[in-house]
Amino acid sequence: MLELDKLVNLIHEGLTSAMPEMAWLVSLIEYVLIGVAFLAVYCVLALVLIYVERKVCAFFQCRIGPNRVGPFGIFQSIADMVKILLKEIIAITKTDNVLFKLAPFIVLTGSLCTFGALPFGKGLQGIDFNVGVFYLLAISSLGVVGILLAGWASNNKYTLIGAMRSGAQLVSYELSASISILTMVILAGSMQLSTIVEKQADAWFIFQAPLPAFIAFVIYLIAGHAETNRGPFDLPEAESELTAGYHTEYSGIQFGFFYLAEYLNMFIIAGIATTIFLGGWQPFHINAEWASGFNSIMDYIPSWLWFFAKVFALVFLSLWVRWSFPRLRIDQLLKLEWKILMPISLINMLVMAVWVLIF
Amino acid sequence: MKKINDIISSVNSALTVEDCQYPTINVPVEQLKNVAKKLFENGYDFLINLTGMDYKDSLGVIYHISSSVDKNAMVVLKTTTDNRENPVIPTVSDIWESANLYEREVYDFFGIRFINHPDMRRIFLRQDWNGYPFRKDYDSNPELNPVPLENQTIEAMEDVPTLTVNKDGDLVANSKPLFGKQEYVINIGPQHPATHGVLHLRVSLDGEIINKVDPNFGYIHRGIEKMCETKTYPQILQLTERLDYLSGTMNRHAFCLCVEKAMGLEVPARAQAVRVIFDELTRIASHLLGWGCTCMDMGSITAFIYGMRDREKIMDIFEETGGGRLMVGYNVIGGVANDVSPKFVDQVKEFIPYMRKMIKEYHTLFTYNPIARGRMENIGFLTKEQAVALGTTGPVGRASGWSCDVRKIEPYAGYDKLDFEEVIRTEGGTLDRYLIRLDEIEQSLRIIEQLINNLPEGDFKAKTPAIIKLPAGEYYQRVENARGDFGVYINSTGEKNPYRVKFRSPCMTLISALDPLCKNEKIADLIMIGASLDYVIPCADR
Repeated sequence: MLELDKLVNLIHEGLTSAMPEMAWLVSLIEYVLIGVAFLAVYCVLALVLIYVERKVCAFFQCRIGPNRVGPFGIFQSIADMVKILLKEIIAITKTDNVLFKLAPFIVLTGSLCTFGALPFGKGLQGIDFNVGVFYLLAISSLGVVGILLAGWASNNKYTLIGAMRSGAQLVSYELSASISILTMVILAGSMQLSTIVEKQADAWFIFQAPLPAFIAFVIYLIAGHAETNRGPFDLPEAESELTAGYHTEYSGIQFGFFYLAEYLNMFIIAGIATTIFLGGWQPFHINAEWASGFNSIMDYIPSWLWFFAKVFALVFLSLWVRWSFPRLRIDQLLKLEWKILMPISLINMLVMAVWVLIF
Repeated sequence: MKKINDIISSVNSALTVEDCQYPTINVPVEQLKNVAKKLFENGYDFLINLTGMDYKDSLGVIYHISSSVDKNAMVVLKTTTDNRENPVIPTVSDIWESANLYEREVYDFFGIRFINHPDMRRIFLRQDWNGYPFRKDYDSNPELNPVPLENQTIEAMEDVPTLTVNKDGDLVANSKPLFGKQEYVINIGPQHPATHGVLHLRVSLDGEIINKVDPNFGYIHRGIEKMCETKTYPQILQLTERLDYLSGTMNRHAFCLCVEKAMGLEVPARAQAVRVIFDELTRIASHLLGWGCTCMDMGSITAFIYGMRDREKIMDIFEETGGGRLMVGYNVIGGVANDVSPKFVDQVKEFIPYMRKMIKEYHTLFTYNPIARGRMENIGFLTKEQAVALGTTGPVGRASGWSCDVRKIEPYAGYDKLDFEEVIRTEGGTLDRYLIRLDEIEQSLRIIEQLINNLPEGDFKAKTPAIIKLPAGEYYQRVENARGDFGVYINSTGEKNPYRVKFRSPCMTLISALDPLCKNEKIADLIMIGASLDYVIPCADR
């Protein structure tokens, strides 16, 4: 079990006894510590995800993938990270300097704030709002501002087209992603993420209301995948049309920020899907008398392991889709959202409401 | 022959038809337009090739014209002008659309200006180039054309000069900019992942909708035709493979055939069979790469790698026998360079069933994918009439329902004895151009299967003199390469190097189809349509 309570309490008590008069300073130090911890986990996860993506993609494509740096190339992404940190940041004269430099931070902040609110395990949650779902939806939409700024501030035609596509895409898919989550909020009766997870102790939401929950799950996966700007929805950075889309002009660590945010968004989308549909860190339980032995074995597996296993299963699904499907065109993309996903999810919400009323 | 005589004498009884390799007519400049119109009205709707010539005392243009109806019909028009200072010839680009780019090329190389041509910019060289390099009196002194240290300005690149005749019969030179000031023009290329080479497209956009595409050539212009004039025939062979590197074997084959035809050389049966096997393997390799690039341009990198993986098997076969991989260098004048490797037959026999299995996989992975279908259906339609007018031969022409396979029209190297189908589709859309390549792979496998099972014994090369000289005269050879009708025109004066060599590039006509196809489509479709045309830029630039 990953028990962080003791460590957290120890730090808290130590700080309070050292500075009894300055509660605000204690809080500040604690905030910074938590922030640093999240940032560290964020970066490590990004490195792991990059390695996983490269390896999985290689196997899909009959290749070996990274295999030179360390056993099975596991240190490849660390080498890449070092390289990207040491790279020169090319200053471009005709950009809007302030916005150009601000954009990567907005993208990163948006995804980091979302990351902070995810429940990773039993008691392992940065902050537990009573409007957690609302917070997730709101803060994860912040990234689009950064992308639009990046495209605009670069003063380049390709980036502008990329940013406009991205804006259209994210704003559209935000809708069906939100509606499918709201569908589940109706079932849960709460917006607090901890409550939502606890309510799935006996059965995950996807099994509690099989029909509407499953539809919402599929829609959320599609819309969420689209929000991560990854193939088949990678139009904003369609390299065969726009070279690299909105981040064409970025280099070095600035580009690294976009890269980091892209990979973590994949994790965050999978994390939200896990929390809301697949029981979060709850183990898999069969709600019956005869299965109590099975349930206790499942309980023995640590909660954070459950969370990460589910998330990585969904990440694998996302990679699978990305590496097998060609890219959509902008009109097809918007048609898919506004004419197919959106009506289905609205009707689905109604179905869920009726379902909750009846059962 | 008689038909041609009738057509020509109906224009002017003074014109006569010479009986050369093809019926040839010498037309004075004043009569050119009338003769061209009359030929067009009589079904000669396909301008295969347009060659500029410098006869030292005069400049001229040679037109190779064929028909999409009566496919074997072929006629050669020749016209000359004595004025070397300011040569002008009426354009035929209003009769055959494909002449548009060809005439720009002639202007670029010979300085012949075409009256009423819509766009008399230089095509390969910079707009500020001094002199016309293909003229025999061209001064190649580097001081005249120093290596420029600055890019040419957009204004210079897009200032379109024209030459028209006013009411009094005087020539008037005009110029106007290509794009309006308010147009949102983006560059695609010269360095761009989806132009398959260094093609530079200036695309005028309205949001995501394309208004106009202006292809700029010349970024990989190496002056191969000019180089040929100073090289011996065996040396030129090396250059032919550098034109369209994906069908290098076939280009080389075409040049060999042209020289052999001029020399009257008989190629041994074994060499002929091996050449055809190599041609068809190259065609498969080229189509595989074309398929893979189409998929990659749609964002499916996995499919691209699958295509490359299977193409690698063909490269291995080439390497085993010829030594080279992409440019095998295997065909030589009189046959092939060496006998096939002992493993060759087994390798090819192993490859055929493997490839058939893989085509099924390609269909499952990509063709039946709803997203791929959505991207390819209902965009970029090329009608048969447009295809003929633009001269887009090969898979692109056949996808529009134009039966233009040279292997069937003018069979060479024993293709007439082989049993295969010319794959023809009717719609002419992007999906058809995509599917036709996969179907052609199957036909190529059929051809290879017939040859590999009974490879003739005997010599692999005919005896050739140490120094190859062609008898004085003109020779033309058409070959079906992976992108269409590839032609070699050799004008020999009996020396050991040719007087003039011209390669008919199928890719240049394919690129000229971009503008009509992409109009009012989206920018993402430009990439798709470009991929379905499958052009290779070094072939267009030469």
